[in-house]
Amino acid sequence: MSEMPSAARSIRRRVSTEEIAEQPPRASAYVCEAASCMSAQAHDITVRLGERAAEAGLTDVLIKRVGCLGLCAAGPLVEIAETAQLFERVKPDDVEGIIKALKKVKSTDTRQPQGPFFEKQLRVATENLGRIDPESLDDFVGRGGYEALKRVLSEMTSTDVREEITRSGLRGRGGAGYPTGLKWTTVAKAQGAQKYVICNADEGDPGAFMDRSVLESDPFSILEGMAIAAFAVHASEGYIYCRAEYPLAVSRLRLAIRLAQRAGFLGAGIADTSFNFDVQIRLGAGAFVCGEETALIASVEGRRGTPRPRPPYPAVQGLWDCPTLINNVETFANVGAILRKGSEWYAGIGVGKSKGTKVFALAGRIVNTGLVEVPMGMTLREIVYDIGGGLIDGRPFKAVQTGGPSGGCIPAQLLDMAVSYESLIEVGSFMGSGGLIVMDDTSCMVDVAKYFQDFCREESCGKCVPCRVGTTQLYMLLDLITRGEATLDDLAQLERLAGIVQKTALCGLGQGAPNPIFSTLRYFRDEYLAHIVDKVCPAGVCTITPAEVTA
Amino acid sequence: MTTVFTLQIDGRDVAGSEGQTVMEVAEENGIDIPGLCHLEGIHDRGACRLCMVEIAGTPKLAAACMTTIVEGMDVTAHSERLLEYRRAITEMMFVERNHVCAVCVANNHCELQDMAADLELTHFDLPRISPKVDIDASHRLFAIDHNRCILCLRCVRVCDEIEGAHTWDVMNRGLDTRVQTDMGIPWGDSTTCTSCGKCVQVCPTGALFEKGRAVASGSKRQRPFLPWLKVVKEERGQ
Amino acid sequence: MSKPRVATVWLDGCSGCHMSLIDMDERLLDIFERADLVYGPLVDFKEFPENVDVCLVEGAVSSEDDLHKIKLVRERTKTLVSFGDCAVTSNVPGMRNPIGVAPLLDRAYLENVTLNPQIPSDVVPKLLPTSTPVHRVVKVDVFLPGCPPSADLIYTLLDDLLAGRVPDVTGARFGR
Repeated sequence: MSEMPSAARSIRRRVSTEEIAEQPPRASAYVCEAASCMSAQAHDITVRLGERAAEAGLTDVLIKRVGCLGLCAAGPLVEIAETAQLFERVKPDDVEGIIKALKKVKSTDTRQPQGPFFEKQLRVATENLGRIDPESLDDFVGRGGYEALKRVLSEMTSTDVREEITRSGLRGRGGAGYPTGLKWTTVAKAQGAQKYVICNADEGDPGAFMDRSVLESDPFSILEGMAIAAFAVHASEGYIYCRAEYPLAVSRLRLAIRLAQRAGFLGAGIADTSFNFDVQIRLGAGAFVCGEETALIASVEGRRGTPRPRPPYPAVQGLWDCPTLINNVETFANVGAILRKGSEWYAGIGVGKSKGTKVFALAGRIVNTGLVEVPMGMTLREIVYDIGGGLIDGRPFKAVQTGGPSGGCIPAQLLDMAVSYESLIEVGSFMGSGGLIVMDDTSCMVDVAKYFQDFCREESCGKCVPCRVGTTQLYMLLDLITRGEATLDDLAQLERLAGIVQKTALCGLGQGAPNPIFSTLRYFRDEYLAHIVDKVCPAGVCTITPAEVTA
Repeated sequence: MTTVFTLQIDGRDVAGSEGQTVMEVAEENGIDIPGLCHLEGIHDRGACRLCMVEIAGTPKLAAACMTTIVEGMDVTAHSERLLEYRRAITEMMFVERNHVCAVCVANNHCELQDMAADLELTHFDLPRISPKVDIDASHRLFAIDHNRCILCLRCVRVCDEIEGAHTWDVMNRGLDTRVQTDMGIPWGDSTTCTSCGKCVQVCPTGALFEKGRAVASGSKRQRPFLPWLKVVKEERGQ
Repeated sequence: MSKPRVATVWLDGCSGCHMSLIDMDERLLDIFERADLVYGPLVDFKEFPENVDVCLVEGAVSSEDDLHKIKLVRERTKTLVSFGDCAVTSNVPGMRNPIGVAPLLDRAYLENVTLNPQIPSDVVPKLLPTSTPVHRVVKVDVFLPGCPPSADLIYTLLDDLLAGRVPDVTGARFGR
């Protein structure tokens, strides 16, 4: 791939200064144009920088739109790529300062350490985030993109690819952690002439934005991962199921698909081989349950997005009853890197059965709200305090919620726990897709449990009784507790019902819905008792009117 | 030539053909596994969760109506734990909407009422949700009282799979889920409804009923036509 | 030794459960051979007495008066039986719950009235926001659903309770 497709070039022109042409720029300013910084008018900064650079006659300077730089809390972000100097909360008036900095950059400059938020991370799935223009295939290829696919198609058999993925120890990054190699092998071996690959981009956990950032910042890596997977499982068609609430991700994906098709990385005869694979986008209409794979398949088929019992698993009987591989965005984002750098390298990262890295979206009462990627096995303390910069206003840490509405709250005494699929389950939480919500002493844990239960009851598809009715009943009990009107019998009822919903609900949404209740009861039972027995909310969140007490 | 599997249900040795569900094999052998969305002759959907059974070696419970048998399977269809779950699920159905047996057309002919009696459910620990839901009596012959609907979707399936009209479908989600006719227009205005009445016949409760029936007089006729219609449909290659 | 003291209470119900009680016919003689009926709509005592051994409560808790009564009954009763569907599930009285008190009274006393429409406020007790089963207000010891429970079931229940057995309510069901 030496020729950049004309479409990519023209799109790039719109944001890049014209004169960069042949030789590499002396200095470059990377402006984050992922959703968070975009919402803070980052695009105006890009335009302004371009204008000012042109006015100042800086012909050897590149102003580039890039994907997520990670530190979303401090957006809009601009980075001088050569020196790694980061400008935070950039306002139009700050543009002059950046132009000055660009003028000072010398060819001998090297990237300086950027502080623990960046230095403690290990970027694999997010290696191109903030490095490439997400709308430029050339940029992607310039950073090793599509090398893996080309090598796979020219040098490897599908078995080789599956074995490589199996050896890497990669597991599903959507949350459940199912071994990716095993899933690929199941699909490859399943009976059926037609097979499909689906990318699950229906990210819906409150506080989670990992998939969105990857799609907005590096869409080609997903397409490459999907194509490799399709080759490995003998599929020729793929779908990306993305929630419609991610318009920027969708438009960048659309463009990426078009560019990849024109450059011969999607469609018939990929990279001049006989391998065919094409991808279409399907938009979710705002149902959380459609992240569940069988509901997602129903939705892609154009039916009501409700789950069905498994088995049969989609790997055997999925989209239109054909064997279907469904992986999460982040899983696909790891595939290219694993095949480029080798399974031994990947398996060398991480801890125990949790290999590689995990992307987390830091949110809540944390200083450095943003997107981070760390090796599995890093402790929560390092993530929250070193990378996350601790809590806002230095308040005391109370809990961190992982795994979204199916996850749990992990208390301060477990901060030194090494994060892995297994350790999180052991403490009553769940890896989930990677949302990590930090809470301080102003959070009431009963109220938190109630919040997640409210979410689940809103999002229940209504198909099975335990989820449809049970989540509402659990919510009503939690509401009773937060109003100070509950008795100890109600608490017992809450625990009993939570257990029944967990055991009898049809899909992961219902089965996981009681988890926030279980984990808050496990670590913060005293807060429940304070509401019920003493009629007080220790965090001062719930309003308890004392009137009822006398009755 | 179909393969025959032998398995155990509640300690009894039973046999079934490959592709049969645990529910079907249990029915053939006179083992009663409760269920309200299951009805022979239409596709199963595993939604009511009453037929959940324990399968040795599997940590999760499985819906008997959706689980195909395998050789040597060891199924527990009745246990203390399952009874507790079934009671709880039946209770959830009762408290979800406004079931008032005393004034229901299906009083004494109701599968939900029978289920409560079979499970010896004498009261509800959970509070009633008491939603305000509608009654649609716009059809010439039939009416639907959503207060009594448990969303088993037998009506939706029989209308689609047997009658081929697909008048019924589902709208909204969670507690707001409702069965609907023709994209949510009144039943009486439906242009697809053939007024065949199959939906009324398969409804396990008094949600769907013939107009003009008094309390407790809404006996649903026997339904042997369903499996036969299924066979006819299959032989026509549809 | 004095006989066990039995009472019956009629809250928000249609009295059908009491009718079914009377349907025990000659078995009534057997029961009240072995127990004293100390309170209820069938006898003329004005105040719910102390030290009641068994009390059958018919009807849901719908008004402030019901609430006051049932609390008193609970205080003074050893074994409290939720007697019939209204007491057990709130049944027909509970049909107003989705509607709400104000629209309900408006419909009954204003909208559909031609002569001197007014919402009654004197003498009659105020309605509670919702009509609830007895066990949502006080602890209930035995549940006997049915609309009404059959005389046979009522007899079995009383027979068991008077004999000191755990009552066998097999066959009890909602509705009839």
